[in-house]
Formats: sequence, structure tokens, C-alpha cells
Amino acid sequence: MTQLQTSTPPQASSPERTPRLESHARAWAGTGWGFVVKLVLMALVNALGVAIAISAWQAGSWLVLGAIVVLVAVADWVYFSRRTLPLKYLLPGLAFLAVFQIFLLVYTAYVAFTNYGTGHAGSMEQAVEAALIQDERRDPESPDYPLAVVERAGELGFAIVDDGAVRVGAAEEPLTDAPDATLGDGGAPTEVPGWTVVPRATILTDTDLQGRVAELRVPVSDDPEDGSIRTREGATGAVYTSTLVWDEQAQTLTDTETGTVYAPSDDGRFVAPDGTALPTGWYVGVGFDNFVRAVTDARLAGALGQVTWWTFAFAVLTVLTSFGLGLLFALIYNHPGVRARRVLRTLFILPYAFPAFMSALLWRGMLNAEFGVINDLFFFGADVNWLGDPWLARFAVLWVNLWLSYPYWFLVCTGALQALPPDTIEAATIDGAGRWRRFRSIILPLLLVSTAPLAIASFAFNFNNFTIIYMLTEGGPGFPGNSGLGATDILISAIYQISGVAGGAADYGLASALSILVFIVIGVVSILAFRQTRKLEEFQ
Amino acid sequence: MNKPMALVGLAAATTLLLAGCTSGGGAPAAESAAPSEEAAGAGAELVIWTDAEREEAIATAAAAFEEETGATVTLVQKNFEDLRNDFVAQVPTGEGPDITVGAHDWLGALVAAGVVSTLDLGEAAGDFEPVALEAMTYDGQLYALPYSLETIALVQNVDMVGEEAPATWDELVQRAEEAGAERPIAINTAGETGDGYTMYGFQTSFGAPVFVQDESGSYTTEVGMGGEAGEAFARWLHENGTAGSGIISTTVDYDINNELFNSGQAPFTVQGPWAMSAFTDVPNIAVHPIPSAGGEPAAPFVGVQGFYVSSQSENALLAQEFLVNHLATEDAQRALYEADPRIPAFTSLAEEVASDPIIAGFLASSQNGVPMPSIPEMGAVWDLWNAAEVQIINGADPVATWNQMVSDLEAELG
Repeated sequence: MTQLQTSTPPQASSPERTPRLESHARAWAGTGWGFVVKLVLMALVNALGVAIAISAWQAGSWLVLGAIVVLVAVADWVYFSRRTLPLKYLLPGLAFLAVFQIFLLVYTAYVAFTNYGTGHAGSMEQAVEAALIQDERRDPESPDYPLAVVERAGELGFAIVDDGAVRVGAAEEPLTDAPDATLGDGGAPTEVPGWTVVPRATILTDTDLQGRVAELRVPVSDDPEDGSIRTREGATGAVYTSTLVWDEQAQTLTDTETGTVYAPSDDGRFVAPDGTALPTGWYVGVGFDNFVRAVTDARLAGALGQVTWWTFAFAVLTVLTSFGLGLLFALIYNHPGVRARRVLRTLFILPYAFPAFMSALLWRGMLNAEFGVINDLFFFGADVNWLGDPWLARFAVLWVNLWLSYPYWFLVCTGALQALPPDTIEAATIDGAGRWRRFRSIILPLLLVSTAPLAIASFAFNFNNFTIIYMLTEGGPGFPGNSGLGATDILISAIYQISGVAGGAADYGLASALSILVFIVIGVVSILAFRQTRKLEEFQ
Repeated sequence: MNKPMALVGLAAATTLLLAGCTSGGGAPAAESAAPSEEAAGAGAELVIWTDAEREEAIATAAAAFEEETGATVTLVQKNFEDLRNDFVAQVPTGEGPDITVGAHDWLGALVAAGVVSTLDLGEAAGDFEPVALEAMTYDGQLYALPYSLETIALVQNVDMVGEEAPATWDELVQRAEEAGAERPIAINTAGETGDGYTMYGFQTSFGAPVFVQDESGSYTTEVGMGGEAGEAFARWLHENGTAGSGIISTTVDYDINNELFNSGQAPFTVQGPWAMSAFTDVPNIAVHPIPSAGGEPAAPFVGVQGFYVSSQSENALLAQEFLVNHLATEDAQRALYEADPRIPAFTSLAEEVASDPIIAGFLASSQNGVPMPSIPEMGAVWDLWNAAEVQIINGADPVATWNQMVSDLEAELG
């Protein structure tokens, strides 16, 4: 129990005993310069907040609007209240935490429960819109008709020139002849009796009008089969036909030509009874499907299992090997008998000072089976396929990462060794402890107290060490079968592959689900490991 | 003591935080497309996403357009690699651009996401190379204005193997051997990653297209690589791989490939126009269509770059007007070519620039070519296809590996 008490910081209780310090807020002595500065700064913060709130309001981003209102209110309360002294210091940090960490986490978690990805990118409304756009086709027989947009009591219509004759119509009114219309130089009607011609410049500069013109369809005749006139740029029209009809009540799309009814399915697509689906879907919540799929989908589960064990093996082995090598060199080059220790130590830092991704690219070239310098110099030109064989590639990744990271441990261990209490070691020597005994029972445990947290951090870093994998092997060589993953892929590079950011079909839902799993793994490992290091501190 | 200073720090932090909040929370970011209050009154604003190479050329076309219509054109420069994902992510939220530059093989994913609108080129369609329009067509509908083509071709060192093109793979190997070259040909496999793209010309010469095309030229999802023809290609790959003649090996990546050709160790290579700047040590280069390995003509993939219109654009008429009447013109296309020389999709311009024999070679190769499939499933295809080719080159059983890949693909595509 006594050990537990030492682990709480001893300073925590000391201020209680010193004479009670007056709070800064209570020690307020009228409106000094400080208050004026505070007022100006808070006015700026509020102005910014209001500006953001207004643009959020216009954009319809209610989440942002709510968040900004709450943040500004909290900021005003904190900085103008006298009771919130600690919060004055904590608020900026807490706000950062909320926006950049918690928001991201919550958002990732949200995506993990949807099927957001290729084919499921927008809302259902947008999917309907896309289906109608994709379905509407220009009649291959139709010529380009010179066209003018006309208006009558707020209703828009088209006037087209067909073989020299002007015909005019509106959405509910099929084209009829307008014999008294006049044509302009450009070939388009300039005056149509009963209608006002809208100048093209007006249409093109008025977003609202543009939208209405782009959506306007004027039937060619009473028979819908003949199609309707639409314009793409406001000066020419052509006959378009479409076969899909959206039924808002039933929420279905019907193909009037074949009679096929596309109904929305649970996974966010319009599916016909025979199973064919329209290309554009929307994203829907899928519950735990993504998590279930990661472990049950036959194509994915095997590969992901391999990736998972290799991720742990890679992270653990990297930390163990680089720590071991770094410590070994630190012990050797810390010995007073070694000459030019400082120069040598500096040289050891070189790989550490070189950008990791460049080193990885360089090693990729050196490990090339045919042209690489490694095979030429060390294996007598034998074709050892370092990057093509699964086990050799795993070894190569570990080797290059060892080369990259042992200088860090060399640096850390050298520092820690020099900070060890010399009298403890001297006492052990006098008690007759040998070199090995001193190392095992005194030096190493004391060293671990200061380096174990760093080792855990290093484990967490390497668990997500995307750079080395991507630059050295790109996860390859690939597993046989169709997972798209390979022998040296770790979870983070697998997530990158699955997310489709690199090109190809994206599955953000699955990638987010895997990210959450990685987050949980790292969180649990860190908690467990830090508990273990607390035990190490008992040694002191 | 330092109370004012502490407050300055806090307020600065809060300000930053609030600024960060907007972009984090999804409100319109400063550079995004949402038209502000003033713009709605002053005239419409067309927002175009472009990469750095094309920005200036588009700006030239935009200036004339602004003058004529009174609308303003805002160009937003982005990394080309980010365009596709950003477009898919932002258009559904209403924050995307009206028009974006893009590659044709994004089309399937863009259609599936519902973020692109169809386009009607009208009579201007006749001015473009058919393969470029075909590439921008999905399920019979045109979705983008094409402006450039790119493809790979056989590049040869004239001083070693002469000007003339080898007609077949065997002739190529024989001519290279007569020239005393170390390797007959350098073929990039992207190292151990595999590169079905570079190999595709040889594959099609065996009559094994990746997907079966329907009459209109659109790809179906029916895998065309299986059967006799595919197996013949796999056997050919194996025979020329590490376990056979060793001509094709997975140790060659893009840089090594170019080094082998540039240093004269290989008199032939299969590369695109983008690699030509690396061949500074080869004084005389000739470019020809890829020779046939399996008897049929080799049809490499053709990539097409173009301009897509957002399905959520509030300026649909303006965007169409800009593309069809201001960018689909010879002057605008020439400006684009001069800003970033790629083979033009505009036929008359392509013929004009083909006076350069190297460009003529790539153009000839592209005319044999087929558009790279743009269906969203292609992403899955690349992974499996590349991996199988690497395994076969490295000595795996060709027929079994190839057929496994084909059946995995069919399972994946459902």
C-alpha cells in the first residue's frame, strides 16, 4: 500500500499547507489594461463565432451551428465568470480535444456503422436524381434545334426553330406552331407572340433561373413516347427520351418501357425483382455488418487474420530487436575504455537523422534481387528474392526497420545509462556482484523504469507504421486469392488498401470499422502496458 | 503577472480552434464552391477544379468565357491524385465544384456515386478521336469532354536495332540478340507489385481482353481473360519469366526500366510518352505500336483525360456552355496541349502534332488501343491481376495460377 502512495505526486498536497493564495479572479482590482485586452479579444472571438454561425446557418449545417453556439457561450461564461479560474486555462485545450479528437472518433464510429463507399456515397434523394440523369437519353435522330427560353406569367417555356418554323411550348403544354414569331440573326426566335423571350445572358448569370431551365422538359407532342425538348446550355435544344419514372408515394422507380419496378433495398440500392440494381446507391446504416464481415467474409477473414498476427509480430519484434541492439551499442559505447566515443556516437545517429521514407525507398532498391547491391556484395550475386518471398519480405521489413530505429534506442539508452546512480552500482560491485549480475539485477531494471513508457509508445507507433510498409513492399507479395492484401501488410496499410483511397473501389465503412478495432487494440495494449510499468517503478 | 499575455495566448488558441471547427465540422471552407451572397446578384460563378499543369490553359479559355457571358470562373488548384476522392466526397454535400478535370477510368466510380451529369457535345462530337469519346461513355451515355489521350508503345533504340518496327515478339527478341544487347527488352512490372497495364498489349495479342465488350464498345462485367486464350498468354508469360528465358522479371521497376533502356542495355522498352524525358542518352529513338506476341494485333490500354460536370451543379447550363462552346474548340485544345503536352483527343490537333514522329508513334499505338475499363470493379481487377502475373513471372504454374485468378475475379464481381 505504501507503494501506491508514492505513485501519487507528492506536490498535490503541499499547497494546502502553504498560506491560502487568493484566486486571480478574486484579486481583481478594477478595470486595468488586462481587462480591456480581454474584452477586445473576447469580442473578436464572439465576432468570429457569429460569422461562423451565420455561414453554418446558410449552409444548413445544423451540427456546426449548434457546436459553435455552445462553444462561444461556454467561452463567454468561462472568461467573464469569476468562478471558473481553472477552466480559463483548460478551455482551449478541451475545445481542441472535442473538435479534433472526439469529433473524429465519433465520426469514424458513425461511418463504421454505414456502408459509405463506392456506390453508396450520397443520399437517397441524390441517388434518384442520378438515376434519372443517367436514364435520360438524347434521341439519336434529333437534330440540334435553335432555341430561346420564353416566359409567360412566371411560367417558363421553350421556343424552337424546326425547319424554319417556330414552335413553342411549356412543361404542361406540348409544342404548338407559333407562325407570327420572328427569328434573330443567330437563328433563334427573338419575338414570340404571347411570350416574353428571356435573354440568354440573364439565364446564364442567374443561378435560380438556370436551375429551372435545366430542369424544364417541353413535350414534343401529346404522346410521351415522342420524348421532350430539353436544353443543355440555353441556346439549342434536342429531343430527349427517358423511361424511368420516380413514384414519390411508393418510393420506387419504374421503367415505363419494360415495366420493371426498382424498389429500395436495405443496403441502399434500387433493386428490381430479378436482382439487377441501378448503379447509384446511397448510404444507409448497416449495424454491425462491417465488423461481422471483417471476421466472417471468407475472402477477407483469412487475409485479415494473417495481417493481424503479422501486425503484432511486426510491432513487438521491431521494438524488441531495435531496443536490444540500441541497448547493446549503448552499453559498449558508454564504456570509458572506448576511444573517440563522441564521434562514434554521432555516427550512430545518422540513420535516425535520415527521412524514414527515403531510407525505405533506398533499401527497396538495394534489396532488388537482380540489380540490388545487397545480393551483389553479400550473397555473391545470387538471386535472393528479398521482396518477392513472403518470409524474406517480412524479414526485410524487420531488418530495415531495425536499421531505422536502433539509433533512437541507442540515444535513449545512452542517456538513461548516464543517469543511473553510480553509488548503487558501486555498492553492488563491493558486494561482489559480477558484471552480468549487475546488469541483470540493477542496470536493466533501472533502465526499464525510464525506457518502458517509450517502448510502449514505440509499439503503438510501429503498430501503425504505414510508411515503412508502403515504401518498402507496398504490403506485397500478395496473398493468393482475392483479398488484395499481402504478406507484409499491417492493419493500417490494409485499411488504406480497403478504403480505396489509392484508387479502385472504396469501402469506407469497413475501413472505419477496422480503424476502430485498431484503436481499441492500441488502447488496451497501452493501458495494460502502463500498468505493468507502474510495477517497474516499485523497484525504486 | 503576465495576465495580458496569457489572455492573448488563450484567445489566439480559441480563434484557431474556432477556425479549425469550421473545416472539421463540414461548414463551407474558404476555398470551396458555395457561392456567397454577393455572387448571386452579380452573376453566376463557375467553379472548376484543376491540377497545376492545366490551370493556366483553362484560365485562358475562362477569360474569353467571362467576357462573353459575364459569369466569373474560379479555378481551384488541387493535386491530381486528390481530385477523384474529393469530388466523390464533396459533391453530395453540395460543396463540390461545377466542373473537374479527371481521368476516364474514374467514370464508373463517379457514376456509381451519382456525382456526374451527362454531357451533350452535339456536333462538336465529330471533332474528337472516337476512342476518346468511347472512353468517356458509360452505358451508352457521354459523361465528360475528353481532351487528351495517353497510351504506351514500343520504344526502340534506332542505333542498335534500326528504325523498323519488329512485327512479332519473336522477331523483337531475335533482332535484339543480333544487336548483342544484354537484355532484349525492358518491361516494367512495378517490381513485385506487378503491372498488368504495361503487359496488356501482349495479353490482347492472344485475344484475352480483361472484360468482354458489347457492340457499343462499353465493357460488360463478363471477364474475358479466361479460357484457351488467357491460358496461352499465361504460358507465354511463364516461358519468358524467371523460370524460362528470363526476359521478363519482377526486378524491373519504373526507374530500372528506364535506366536499362537509357544505358543501352536493352534496345527495346514498352513505355508511355511520360518516360521520354528519361531517355536523354539515347540519341535516336523510334516509337511504334506494340508487336504481337500471340498472333492478333496488340491493343494497349488508352487512358483519356477530360472534364466532368457535377450532377449537383447549380450552373448546369453555364458549365455545358463553357465546355462545349469554349473548351471544345481548336484554340482552347491547343492551349491545353501547349500547357501540358499529351496526345490531343481533338482529331485535327492530333494530326497536326503528329508531325513529330515520336508523337505519331504513340498516336498510332493509341489508335490500336482500347479504353481502360472504367467500371468500379476495375479496382479489384488490378490487385488480383497484377498479383497473378507476378506469381507466374516468378515461376508459379501458369495455367493453374491464371485460372485461379479468373475464378477469384468472377467471384468478386458476383
